[in-house]
Amino acid sequence: MSDNKSTDKKGTDVKKDDEEKRVGVFVCECGVNIGGVVNTKAVADYIGTLPGVKVTSVNKFTCSDSGQADIQQKIKEHNLNRVVVAACSPKTHEPTFRACIEQMGLNQYFLEFVNIRDHCSWIHMWEKEKATEKAKDLVRMGVERSKLLEPLQASEVPVTDKALVIGAGVAGMQSALDLADMGFQVYLVEKEPSIGGRMARFDKVFPTNDCSICILGPKMVEVARNKNIKLMSYSEVKAVDGYVGNFNVKIEHKPRYLDVTKCTGCAKCSEVCPVEVPYDFNEGFGTRKAVYVPFPQAVPLRAVLDKENCINCKACAKACQSGAINYDMQPSFTDLNVGVIIGAVGFKTYDPEPRHDFGYGLYDNIITAMEFERLLNAAGPTGGHVVRPSDCKEPIRVGFVNCVGSRDKNTNIYCSGVCCMYTIKNAQLLKEKRPETDHTIMYIDIRTPFRAYEESYNRSRNLGVKFLRGRPVEVKEDPVTRNIKVRVEDTLAGEMRNLEFDLMVLATGIVPNEGIGQIQQLLKLSKAADGLLMEAHPKLKPVDTTIDGVFLAGCASGPKDIPYAVSQGSACAGRATILLKNKKAITEGITAVVDPDVCVGCQVCISMCPFQAIKLDETPYLNTGIKKANVVKALCKGCGTCVAACPTGALEQSHFKNNQVLAQVKNVFKFQEVVA
Amino acid sequence: MSTDAKSNPSNGWEPKIVAFCCNWCSYGGADSAGMGRFQQPASARIIRVMCSGRIDPLHVFNAFLEGADAVLVTGCHIGDCHYVNGNDKTKIKYKYLENVVRELGIEKERLQLNWISASEGEKFANFIRDVTAQIKKIGPSPLKPEGVV
Repeated sequence: MSDNKSTDKKGTDVKKDDEEKRVGVFVCECGVNIGGVVNTKAVADYIGTLPGVKVTSVNKFTCSDSGQADIQQKIKEHNLNRVVVAACSPKTHEPTFRACIEQMGLNQYFLEFVNIRDHCSWIHMWEKEKATEKAKDLVRMGVERSKLLEPLQASEVPVTDKALVIGAGVAGMQSALDLADMGFQVYLVEKEPSIGGRMARFDKVFPTNDCSICILGPKMVEVARNKNIKLMSYSEVKAVDGYVGNFNVKIEHKPRYLDVTKCTGCAKCSEVCPVEVPYDFNEGFGTRKAVYVPFPQAVPLRAVLDKENCINCKACAKACQSGAINYDMQPSFTDLNVGVIIGAVGFKTYDPEPRHDFGYGLYDNIITAMEFERLLNAAGPTGGHVVRPSDCKEPIRVGFVNCVGSRDKNTNIYCSGVCCMYTIKNAQLLKEKRPETDHTIMYIDIRTPFRAYEESYNRSRNLGVKFLRGRPVEVKEDPVTRNIKVRVEDTLAGEMRNLEFDLMVLATGIVPNEGIGQIQQLLKLSKAADGLLMEAHPKLKPVDTTIDGVFLAGCASGPKDIPYAVSQGSACAGRATILLKNKKAITEGITAVVDPDVCVGCQVCISMCPFQAIKLDETPYLNTGIKKANVVKALCKGCGTCVAACPTGALEQSHFKNNQVLAQVKNVFKFQEVVA
Repeated sequence: MSTDAKSNPSNGWEPKIVAFCCNWCSYGGADSAGMGRFQQPASARIIRVMCSGRIDPLHVFNAFLEGADAVLVTGCHIGDCHYVNGNDKTKIKYKYLENVVRELGIEKERLQLNWISASEGEKFANFIRDVTAQIKKIGPSPLKPEGVV
């Protein structure tokens, strides 16, 4: 091993010393994105004067076919051995240009990517001269670094052809089904006792107003039946370790306090259970027992015992004919090895209670749309009769307030995207059920962007639903009638209106699910300012993440409607299949490298490495009598933390070697060129 | 140039700030600042490393010796490190770094640490704006090569 390393190192060193550096610099205008601010010609002219730069070129779009052809042609013409592309972010196009120069026989790590768009032209739009000077600096830094770049080999890792899907809402189920249908083994983990997610709670879904559970139910059953899907309900991911192709995952199965192989879902236990607690599936309306089947269409159709509320009367154990109840059940664990992970961890709706938005929590007759949804549902707490909480009377005048917890600087600034449509749908449904009802939707803007959505909007207007542009400024309850009195500015008419409703419904927005932070940390994902998870690229890689082999579907990465979430579920399956089918993944060639001649075996690096990628050699190095550190390349992720910690300078990080970083540091400053 | 600037820091002098960014978070934050068009002074020169844990005191000292008016060490928020806990180590290292830099007589404004996620474009821009304003107030680095023997 150590022999290997030294020849490796010497081999590249020798090459580095011998070769004359012939750098080609390609400055991109990115249409007017860069060219409109930075004087690209001045940058190219200046860079052309630097030693080693053989050719410079300015392109309207360097990433285009013609731009790439220009690079390839110049590599040939000028026998270039280093290429500097000054354009957008390496996160956007580094792979493009690496492939481009590799086609010409250059090592892909001989590319240096300089960011003069995101880090320059876009952020100095009104300072053209300063931006041009900065661009010159940045490109000069890149050119000097490029001369010191060394060839590296990206390595291939095998991919276990199994997938883990976290979250069995509609997006996660779609991913699992698609992967299973392609023949891959899928582990589907759901933290709730039943799969189905949020969609299982909706009454009907827009724009077609079909019954939610009627279209979701068969899919849930399909998930349970599919031979390639191993469903783990009431389970949570506890630890994730490893990397693309080879993730080791620990799953905790929470105790249901009954044997699922014996339970038949007959709910005899619920019948005898004396404990009643608010029914979370019905948004707290009505009650459930301490031992209960989550909902009639639950998959798996098994009871679960809620130990927190159980009074240990043992009535359920006596009632259960199959003897499934087991009060002493402990959590159990499963270790999985999977090649890819799909996170479909879902969302929850904004809770207006703490802030008492629009009087929610203060007045009984103000409810959230999710609560309204359960009241509308035939299987809901009132058998589909919408009643108001204060007196269980059916309301005539219903007010809807849009954008609660969305488009609001005090809560969430983003638009949740679905609330306009579900409010329109809810008003329609009640209007159809009881034509005598009167509906007023108070909105900021009505947003109906997708197929058949606008038609649904028109339909509700034809049904007589009223739309009022404005937000309530004052909400009060009439102490006698318990009606809700609202003062609202009709911003289209330009006048204040005083309205009275029997029931008011708040269209609460989509917010990150509980536990999203835990999943984020387990999978090492980035979280955006809005608390939702970040995709690798907002447009071109909407379901990928910055972690290879980890994908995101559904509302975990932003508010989505059902068709969008389902598409993402399928998209994740497709993206994952690329890895699962090829059975291999390409990983970066960037790792730490030890120079055994300099290493003193102090082991500081070993304590630094979070991946246990550094081991001490088993035998002393040559005749030094000292055991040296040794980097296991397959485990090294190339963070370079050990390198910065090495007291003797024996460690280097390939592609980010000290001389390469320092070349950039030195070339920040202009007087360098004067001195040189 | 430096004497000029010292006597009148508002004459359009732009400090030069070396910003070390980690690939996963703060570099992405700088990208997000671009995508969001969050305008900021043209003072920072970003150097990308894979992890803030890679930022060697050597790099920071070199930046000062070359004449950096300020050096920024940035990475992922604690707990969000792409490499488990590289930024925890950065935090520890930074304490020592800060002490040494202070002992050298370099003002505290000239070395700053910040955790910026890939989505925090506005935070990145504000950070650069704040640091630039602070440096404009105290003038060019005393270690500018013109002043170093």
